[in-house]
Amino acid sequence: MTKLDAKVPKGALSDKWQQYKGTMKLVAPNNKRRIEVIVVGTGLAGGACAATLAELGYKVKVFTFHDSPRRAHSIAAQGGINAAKNYQNDGDSVYRLFYDTIKGGDYRSRESNVHRLAEVSTNIIDQCVAQGVPFAREYGGLLANRSFGGVQVSRTFYARGQTGQQLLLGAYQALSRQIANGNVTLYNRHEMLDLVKVDGKARGIIARNLLTGEIERHAAHCVVLGTGGYGNVFYLSTNAMNSNTSAAWRAHRKGAFMANPCYTQIHPTCIPVSGHYQSKLTLMSESLRNDGRVWVPKSKADSDAIRKGEKSPLDLSEDQRDYYLERIYPSFGNLVPRDVASRAAKYVCDEGRGVSKTGLAVYLDFSDAINRLGEDTISARYGNLFEIYEKITGENPYKRPMRIYPAVHYTMGGLWVDYNLQTTVPGCFALGEANFSDHGANRLGASALMQGLADGYFVIPYTIGQFLADEIRTPNISTDQGAFAEAETEVRGRIEKLLAIKGNQSVESFHRRLGQYMWDYCGMSRSAEGLEKGIKLIRELRDEFYKDVFVPGSNEEYNPELEKALRVADFLELGELMCKDALNRNESCGGHFREEYQTEEGEATRNDEDFAYVAAWESKGMGESELHKEDLVFENVELKTRSYK
Amino acid sequence: MRLTLKVWREGGKYVGQFVDYKVDNISTDMSFLEMLDVLNEQLIQEKETPIAFEHDCREGICGTCSMVINGQPHGPMKSTTTCQLHMRSFNDGDVIYIEPFRAKAFPVIRDLVVNRDSFDRIIQAGGYVSVNTGQAQDANAIPIEKDTSSQAFDAATCIGCGACVAACPNASAMLFTSAKVSHLATMPQGKVEARKRAQSMVKQMDAEGFGKCSNVTACEAECPKGISVTNIAKLNREYMGSVFGSDKVM
Ligand SMILES: Cc1cc2nc3c(=O)[nH]c(=O)nc-3n(C[C@H](O)[C@H](O)[C@H](O)COP(=O)(O)OP(=O)(O)OC[C@H]3O[C@@H](n4cnc5c(N)ncnc54)[C@H](O)[C@@H]3O)c2cc1C
Ligand code: SF4
Ligand code: FES
Repeated sequence: MTKLDAKVPKGALSDKWQQYKGTMKLVAPNNKRRIEVIVVGTGLAGGACAATLAELGYKVKVFTFHDSPRRAHSIAAQGGINAAKNYQNDGDSVYRLFYDTIKGGDYRSRESNVHRLAEVSTNIIDQCVAQGVPFAREYGGLLANRSFGGVQVSRTFYARGQTGQQLLLGAYQALSRQIANGNVTLYNRHEMLDLVKVDGKARGIIARNLLTGEIERHAAHCVVLGTGGYGNVFYLSTNAMNSNTSAAWRAHRKGAFMANPCYTQIHPTCIPVSGHYQSKLTLMSESLRNDGRVWVPKSKADSDAIRKGEKSPLDLSEDQRDYYLERIYPSFGNLVPRDVASRAAKYVCDEGRGVSKTGLAVYLDFSDAINRLGEDTISARYGNLFEIYEKITGENPYKRPMRIYPAVHYTMGGLWVDYNLQTTVPGCFALGEANFSDHGANRLGASALMQGLADGYFVIPYTIGQFLADEIRTPNISTDQGAFAEAETEVRGRIEKLLAIKGNQSVESFHRRLGQYMWDYCGMSRSAEGLEKGIKLIRELRDEFYKDVFVPGSNEEYNPELEKALRVADFLELGELMCKDALNRNESCGGHFREEYQTEEGEATRNDEDFAYVAAWESKGMGESELHKEDLVFENVELKTRSYK
Repeated sequence: MRLTLKVWREGGKYVGQFVDYKVDNISTDMSFLEMLDVLNEQLIQEKETPIAFEHDCREGICGTCSMVINGQPHGPMKSTTTCQLHMRSFNDGDVIYIEPFRAKAFPVIRDLVVNRDSFDRIIQAGGYVSVNTGQAQDANAIPIEKDTSSQAFDAATCIGCGACVAACPNASAMLFTSAKVSHLATMPQGKVEARKRAQSMVKQMDAEGFGKCSNVTACEAECPKGISVTNIAKLNREYMGSVFGSDKVM
């Protein structure tokens, strides 16, 4: 085990970034033109990064497995994006956003990174408005805000329920402009299958052309990964179907440490599972908790009656309902952070008070808000979400409370990065959900969009210079060398192996089983016993996968089943590491809840003495890993027990 | 439910033909794509090549899913993408025809998957505001009337799916192109380049082989996001302005 150095610059917290920016190494314009950068991913993080680096003059090659950069999973974000603008004059500030994020993350994130995030948050809104992003506005023509869970100010900017779409289109358009100018080459329908290291530095990737199956070598002076999160290891999640871990995982297998992989965010407001055929879960934005009230029946008997269809929620009077969040957490009420709200939902359902056929659902009720504000106002705020809900469930949420249940939503863990967003492989950077940096053990709502764009527009364009300034004499990297040949052979080997198995079970069926194990043993609550069992089951499943999976077709064609097989193979390795990490962390913090570590009232017990560190895992081959630590030093906030009561 | 599917297969061993499939035990709560998942699982069990179709978010926002169901792009339900369509819109015993979006500018890749790169190139031709990162002024420096902003938003919700093209007898991309032109022209930030933008995007649209718009308005009827044809009128205004105005760039 080694102690990791995050290369945090010296100085007072609030000055660090400004000072660092002012003194860091620069790459002159004539040199930038010669330097090539590979960016993998065109979501908010990758898209913003690729566009900005190209504006600065670098030669950028951008990769996405999607058919178009505009389809990245970021498009689906609904609720909004935070920024410390204090336009509402309600006491917000950079410090408060910083503090809320540190506290929301349950004191498991790095102070310096989070402060920088809060600082640049205001620039993001300016930039997006300049791009033409149609944020919601007030009658006076100024920008509107709403509030999100875990905070007491209104700092969330939004574009109806489609904030991610509008922000991503802004980044996509900026990227399109650079593609048109010839500063960016777009490789769409290309999947990165390996990272290539030359003399210890990241110098390229191996990618599969998804239309032809061709295995291609691409070189550059450095590689930036903005490849998103790994929530789909649970099979059912709110992530887009194709989101996967492979780019990050392959970088991990090449030496990039994976940090806090067990920190998973389970979002409290998703549409519940309806049947075994379920392919994904749909989020109902957290913003709904501004106006919706969460409840279940007080008595088990009423819940039973509702489950059997003998009673409707509308039959229950106020005093037969338990607004449990308002009851337990009077000061934050329905707006407690996600981890708290999710666990509370699990508890009431475990008590047998859940609603809907499966017993795994609680109500989110808008009747008060509709009575107070009118249906039109509610529809203006949440119209499209209500529509989505009705399309999926066939029920009208204006008339009948929504049914919701927690679902896997976001992964705080990811590739370990230092202050420069560089992984442990020199020249390999990670941005957005793919890195672990800013959210600690729990992410606050509307902060992922903020982080993705902060990383892409305002951080990496500076910090990448710290690496590239020493590379200005490095000629263009040739793909005609041993490291590329080896990586290519390795990738071909993996593909051939999968195609050769010709077993009897579909890739999908393995993915479903893995997801179930993860949910059962590494989900909303975890225990040492369960995690050990999970690890064993995952290992067995992996063996079975390599003996009995059936992948139709060949490599040399458009073959979505092969794409899936490669991704699931990597999930089968990641799942094990997540369990190991959860087993190592003998405490409860944020999204990581260990049953052994709780108070008598069932609240999480953190252990700052022994676990105020980032767990960064080094790969030692399939199923083998070594733990390294980055100690978290809090100089500006006092560690407290998180209380939302 | 029991259904008969007639699915267009192209590529691999198929030259381009409808193939019949039967599916059973379909629940009305399933989405249309989950029904196809069930069929594909069945095909894999039979060691057949599953049907290729594209999808990602399954929430109606990414614009990836694309198929013509019983002659209608994205199927029978108004303002709904294929992934949001649920089997409660169908009846037991139905025969369902499933085909790819068809247009010269959307060549078929395999089965129901088409290539829509032409849409990206239309955006690259000018569907942006020319502003670099870091050049922006304070976000509240230019107030924008709530209604104006809301109108811009309505146009900006286009998901780039291409159903408008598939619905149009001329395979025109006018609705898609006009949505972007109109979104940006409505905002003060995008107004500056509006005419030039309209002209270069229309030029690219023609170069890609999309047809001319003859005001059939089938696009609006099939658009899952309710993008209005009034955007086309707006585009025409900007376009005419650019051709006859003083800032002619042709
Ligand atoms: C339903 C939903 C709603 C959400 N709402 C909010 C919200 O309101 N506010 C908020 O702040 N956050 C929200 N989030 C979280 C937020 O959307 C994501 O965390 C964020 O968008 C991730 O952005 P990203 O750029 O890191 O990755 P992504 O957007 O996931 O992009 C990943 C990119 O990498 C590419 N890629 C991945 N692997 C490879 C590979 N091997 N080869 C080539 N390309 C690859 C993909 O093609 C894609 O372009 C929401 C998430 C979900 C699921
Ligand atoms: S205008 Fe409508 S139909 Fe056409 S691409 Fe946009 S969303 Fe799809
Ligand atoms: S799969 Fe995203 S819109 Fe249908």
